[in-house]
Amino acid sequence: MIAAAFTAPSVAWTALAPVVVVLGAAVVGVLVEAFVPDRLRRTTQVALAIAATAGALVAVIALWGGVHRSGGTVVLGGSLLVDGPTLVLWATLALLGLLSVLVVADRTQTGEDSFAPLAAAVPGSEYEEQARRAGLAQTEVYPLTLFALGGMMVFPAAGDLLTLFVALEVLSLPLYLLSGMARRRRLLSQEASMKYFLLGAFASALLLFGIVLLYGYSGSIRYADITAATGTPGGTEGLLLVGTVLLFAGLLFKVGAVPFHMWTPDVYQGAPTPITGFMAACTKVAAFGAILRIVYAMLPGMAWDLGALLWIVAIATMVVGTVAGLVQNDVKRLLAYSSIAHAGFVLTGVVALHQRGITGVLFYLVAYGLATIGAFAIVSLVRERSGDSITGEATALSQWAGLGRSHPVLALTFTLFLLSFAGIPLTAGFMGKFAVFSAAVAGGAWPLALIGVLASAAAAFFYVRIIVLMFFTAAHEETAEAVVEDGAVAGGEGLPAAAPDELLTADVAAGGTATAVAVAPTLTERATATVVVRSEGFAAVAIAVCAVGTILLGVFPTPVLDLVDAVARFLQ
Amino acid sequence: MHLLTELVASASPVDGGSVSYASLLVGLPLASAAVLLLLGRRADRWGHWVGVLASGAAFLLGLVAFITVLGRPADQRVLDVKLGTWIDAGSFHLNAGLRVDPLSLTFVLLVTFVGTLIHVYSVAYMEHDVDRRRFFAYLNLFVAAMLLLVLADSYLLLFVGWEGVGLASYLLISFWNYRLDYAVAGKKAFVANRIGDLGLIIGMGMIFAKVGALDFTTVHAAAASGSKDTALWTGVGLMLLLAACGKSAQFPLQSWLGDAMAGPTPVSALIHAATMVTAGVYLVVRSNAIFDAAPTARLVVTIVGAISLLFGAIVGCAKDDIKKALAASTMSQIGYMILAAGLGPVGYAFAILHLVTHGFFKAGMFLGAGSVMHAMDDQTDMRFFGGLGRSMKITWLTFMAGALAIVGMFPFSGFFSKDPIIEAAFVPTDGQPWRAWLFGTVALLGAAITAFYIARLFFMTFEGTKRWTDKADGSHQHPHEAPALMTVPMIILAVGSVALGGILATGSRFTHWLEPSVGATDHAEPVIPAPVLIALSLLVVVIGVVIAWRRYAVAAVPTTPPLGTTLTRAARKDLYQDVVNDGVLVVPGQVLTRSLVYGDRALVDGAVSGLAKGTVASGDLARRPQTGYVRSYASTMLLGLVALVVVVLALQS
Repeated sequence: MIAAAFTAPSVAWTALAPVVVVLGAAVVGVLVEAFVPDRLRRTTQVALAIAATAGALVAVIALWGGVHRSGGTVVLGGSLLVDGPTLVLWATLALLGLLSVLVVADRTQTGEDSFAPLAAAVPGSEYEEQARRAGLAQTEVYPLTLFALGGMMVFPAAGDLLTLFVALEVLSLPLYLLSGMARRRRLLSQEASMKYFLLGAFASALLLFGIVLLYGYSGSIRYADITAATGTPGGTEGLLLVGTVLLFAGLLFKVGAVPFHMWTPDVYQGAPTPITGFMAACTKVAAFGAILRIVYAMLPGMAWDLGALLWIVAIATMVVGTVAGLVQNDVKRLLAYSSIAHAGFVLTGVVALHQRGITGVLFYLVAYGLATIGAFAIVSLVRERSGDSITGEATALSQWAGLGRSHPVLALTFTLFLLSFAGIPLTAGFMGKFAVFSAAVAGGAWPLALIGVLASAAAAFFYVRIIVLMFFTAAHEETAEAVVEDGAVAGGEGLPAAAPDELLTADVAAGGTATAVAVAPTLTERATATVVVRSEGFAAVAIAVCAVGTILLGVFPTPVLDLVDAVARFLQ
Repeated sequence: MHLLTELVASASPVDGGSVSYASLLVGLPLASAAVLLLLGRRADRWGHWVGVLASGAAFLLGLVAFITVLGRPADQRVLDVKLGTWIDAGSFHLNAGLRVDPLSLTFVLLVTFVGTLIHVYSVAYMEHDVDRRRFFAYLNLFVAAMLLLVLADSYLLLFVGWEGVGLASYLLISFWNYRLDYAVAGKKAFVANRIGDLGLIIGMGMIFAKVGALDFTTVHAAAASGSKDTALWTGVGLMLLLAACGKSAQFPLQSWLGDAMAGPTPVSALIHAATMVTAGVYLVVRSNAIFDAAPTARLVVTIVGAISLLFGAIVGCAKDDIKKALAASTMSQIGYMILAAGLGPVGYAFAILHLVTHGFFKAGMFLGAGSVMHAMDDQTDMRFFGGLGRSMKITWLTFMAGALAIVGMFPFSGFFSKDPIIEAAFVPTDGQPWRAWLFGTVALLGAAITAFYIARLFFMTFEGTKRWTDKADGSHQHPHEAPALMTVPMIILAVGSVALGGILATGSRFTHWLEPSVGATDHAEPVIPAPVLIALSLLVVVIGVVIAWRRYAVAAVPTTPPLGTTLTRAARKDLYQDVVNDGVLVVPGQVLTRSLVYGDRALVDGAVSGLAKGTVASGDLARRPQTGYVRSYASTMLLGLVALVVVVLALQS
C-alpha cells in the first residue's frame, strides 16, 4: 500500500546540475581511490576535481539566462531554491573552489604537497617516515574538498531548515578532516582539527536546537511556512526569538563572527594552508549566502529583532578582528583575524536590510574570496629552509622581512591582496567595502558604516605593516634563529652549514628547489632561511587569476555589479 | 555693452575640425620633455636639439593654424577642437577641448616664436652646464603647459596649464638648486603663486556653483546674459584678478618676481618677461565677459594695474642689478597691460598688443643682459659695467632697439602699443572723468619714469667709463661678443622691437584681428585731444632720457651706491615689500603654525599615539581569551549566545 501511495518526486535535474556535478565527482573520486592504480591516482583526482569545479561553473552559466528570466526555480519540492543569489553564490563557489583545488594540488618540484603522506600515522613515528620515503600521498583530499564544496553549494540554496542542517554537516565534516592533514607541524594541525570538530559540533547542536524551536513555533521546517507564521501573531514569540538566535549562532560560527570566532585563528593556523584558504573563502561565501537568504527571505518580519542582534555582532566582530589583528606575529593568524574583521564588514551589508545590501554582500564575497585564496596560496609558497632542505612554511612575520627584495613579484602580488583586504581604491576590496558600506548607509545603518570605515582604517595598519616589513626591512639575523618546529625533514640537521652562495649551489644541484634569501647562517646554530619554493605551478596559476581578478574587479567593477544586481532577488 | 553682447553671439564657436592638429601644439613639446627626462644622461649629447626642434615644430604648426584661421570670415574665427570627455561625474560633465581663436593664436605664435628663439639662445648659453638636457626638458615642459593654458576651452583645463607653467617656472628658477638662495627664490615664487592659484580655484568654484559649467562658451554666455548677479560676478572677477596678480607679479603678490631672476637668464627672458607672467593678462582678457558684468571688479583691476605700474617703475629706478631692474620693469609693463585690460572694451586689444610687443623687446633685453653677463663673468651689478657698448656691438645695438621700444619712442614697437593705452586711460569710463584724469596721469607718469630707468640701465651698462672688476679667478675682464647662436635670436627680437608695433598697429590690423575674441574696441574721445597726448608722452620720455643721460652717462657713476633719498633707499629694498609681507603674513603665519604645531603635538599626536597605545593594549586584551583551550572557547560561545538571547528578548519586551 505504501508503495502505491509513493509517487516519485519530479526532480528538475537541470537546475541542480552544478551541485550534481560537484557531488557526483566527489563520489567518483572515492571510487577512484579504490580502483585507479597508485601512480595515476593523483593525476586522475586532480583532473576530476578541476573538471568538476569547472563543469559546475559552466553549468551555472548555462542556467543563468533562464533564472534571470524566470526569477528562479523551486527544486525537490522546496528543499532547494535555485534563484539569482543562489546562482551568483554557486558561480563564486565554483570559481573559488577551482582556484582552491589548484592550490591544493600544487607540489614542490620534489613532489611534496601540503598534506601528510599518511594522515593516520602517529606524528614523528617511524611509520610516518616510511610513508614519506615511499612517497605516499593522501589523494583523498580531492574528493573531500569536492564534498565540502558540494555542501557549501547546497547550504545557501536550502529551502528548508533540515536541508540547511544536512548541508552544514556535509560541508563541515570534510573540513574537520582536511584541517588535520598538514604535512608539517602535524600536532598543531591535529589539534586544530580537533578543536574545529568539537566547537563545530557544539555550533551544529545550537543550530539544531534553533531548528527545533522554530519548528515548535511554526510547525514547519520550510522557510516559506516560517515566513507565513511570523506574519500571524501567536503566543509563542519567545520560541521564535530564541530559535532564531540559536539558528544564527550556528551560522555565525561558520563565518567566524564574534562571539563565535574563537576557533578561527587556531584552526586557520593549524590547517594545511591551501585548506585554510579554501575554508576561509568558500565557507564564508556559503554561510553568508545562507544568512542573506534567512534574513532577507525567511525572516523579513523580524527585521527589528534580527537587526539588533546583527548590529551587536557586526560591531563586535569588526572591532575584535581589527584590534586583535594588530598584535599578531604570525601571518596565518593575522590573516585569520583579518578574515574575522571581514566577516564584520560583510555583516554591515547584511544588516543594511536594503536591496543594495544583497548585491553588496555578494560582490564583497567574490572580492574577499579572490584575495584570500591568493594570499594563502602565497603563504604556502614561502618556506623555511634548514640546511639544504625545505621545511615548513615561514609564517612568523619576522621571517617575511626583506621578501620584497629577494622575490619582488611574489611580494608585490601579496601586497596587492593586502591592499585589497585593506580596501585601497583600484582593488576589488575597495569596491566591495564601498558596496556594503553604501548599502548600510542607504539602509539607515550609518553608524555601522562609520565603525566599519574606522575599523578598515585601523586594519589597514596591520596590512601596511606587512608591506613595510617585506619591502623596507632588511632580512634579519633573527631569522636565522627561528626554530624549526617539527622534524619532518631532518636532512639539514647536523650538517655543517655552508656559506649562502654555496648553499645556493647545493640547491641548484638538488633540483633547483629554492633560491636563497641573503641570510648568512652561523656555523654553530641550526640555521633557517626564508625561501620561496619552486612548485609545479598550479598555485602560481591560481595566484595569477586571483591577482588579475582583484585588479579587474577594482578597476572595472561595473559589469560584475550590474550582472549581480540584475539577479539579486530571493525567491520567496 | 550691447555691442559686445551681439559680438559674443555672432562669434559663437564653430567646430574646429580644420585645426584638429592643435592638440599637437601641446603634445609635441610635452612628448619632447618626456623623452628628455626619461632618457636621462643618454640624451645629453643631442637632447637640446630635440628641445629646439619640438619648440620650432610647434611654432610652424601655430603658423599653419594662424593662416587657416586668417582665411576664414571674421565671425567664424573661434574654433573649438573637441578632444573627448574629460570628466563625467554625475551632473558635472566636461569635455576636454581646445579653443583656437585669434586671442589664443596670438599667444601661441608669441610663445612658440619667442620660445624657439630662446631655445636656440640657450643652446649656447647653457653650453657648459652639465644639466643642459634637463634644462631643455623643463623649457619644453613650460612651452607645453603655456600652450595648454592659452588653448584650453575651459577654466579647468586652463588651470591644468596654469599649474603646469607654475611647476616649470618653479623648476627653472631653482634650476641651480645647489645654491641655497636660488632654491629659496624658487620656493618664494611657488608660495606667491599658490596664493594666486587659490584665487583661481575659488573663482572656479563660484562659477561652477552659479553656472554649473566651466567651459568658456557656457560661462561667458551666462555672464553676458546674467548681469543681475553683479555681486557674484564681482566676486568671481576679484578672484580671477587675485590669480592674475599671483601669476603676473602684480601688486600685492609681486615680491617673487625679483627673486625669480635667480634662474638662468633665458628663463627670465622666456618665462618671467615674455610669456608666463603675462598669463594673468590673458586670464583677464579671456574672461572679458565676466569683467564686463562686474564693473567694480574691473575698477579694481585698473587700480591694481596702476599701482603695479608705478611700483615697478620706482623700484626699477633704484636697482643696480641688471636683471632685477629688468624684472621691476616687467612688473611695471604688465601693470600697463592690466590697467588697459581693466579699462574694458576700450583697452582689451591694446593690452594684448602691448603684451605682444613687450614679449619681443623685453625678451630681447633679457637676452642682451644674459649676453652681458656671459661676457662679464656672470657679474650683474651695473655699477661694475660701463662702456660695454664698444666691446659688444651687436648686444649694444639690439639692446638699444629694445630700450627705445620700451620707452615708447616713435617709431619703435612700444610707441604703437603703449601710446594707445595712455590714450585709453584718458578716456572717461562709465561717465566718470576723475578716473580718466587719475589713470591717465599715472600712465603718463609711468612712461616718464620708464624712460628714466631704462635709460639709466642702458647708460650704466653700455656707456660711460669702464668700472669693471676682475674675474673670480683674478684675471682681467675681456668682454667679447657672444657666439652667433646667441646673437641671432637677439637680432631677430630686435627687428621685432623696431618694426612689429608699427606693422600690427597700422590700420588697426591687430584690434580687428582680435575682435572675434574680445569684441570691438570702443572709440571714445580722451579728455585731452589725442595729438596733444602723443606729443606729451614723447616729451616726458625725452625728459626722462635726458635726466638719465646727464646723471649716468655724462657724470661718473660711483661704484658704491650713494646713500640717496628716502624714496631711493625704499625702492632699493623693493619699497619694503618683503618687510610688509613678513609683518603681515609671515610672522603671524609663523605664530599660527607654531601654535598649531604645538597643538598638534600636544592634542592630536597625543590622541593618536594614545589611541594607538590603547588599541594595542585592547589587542592584548582581545588576545587574552585566546587561550587555546576548547573548553574556554565553548564557554565564550555559550556566554555570548546567552548575552545575545538576553538582548533580543529584552528588546522584544
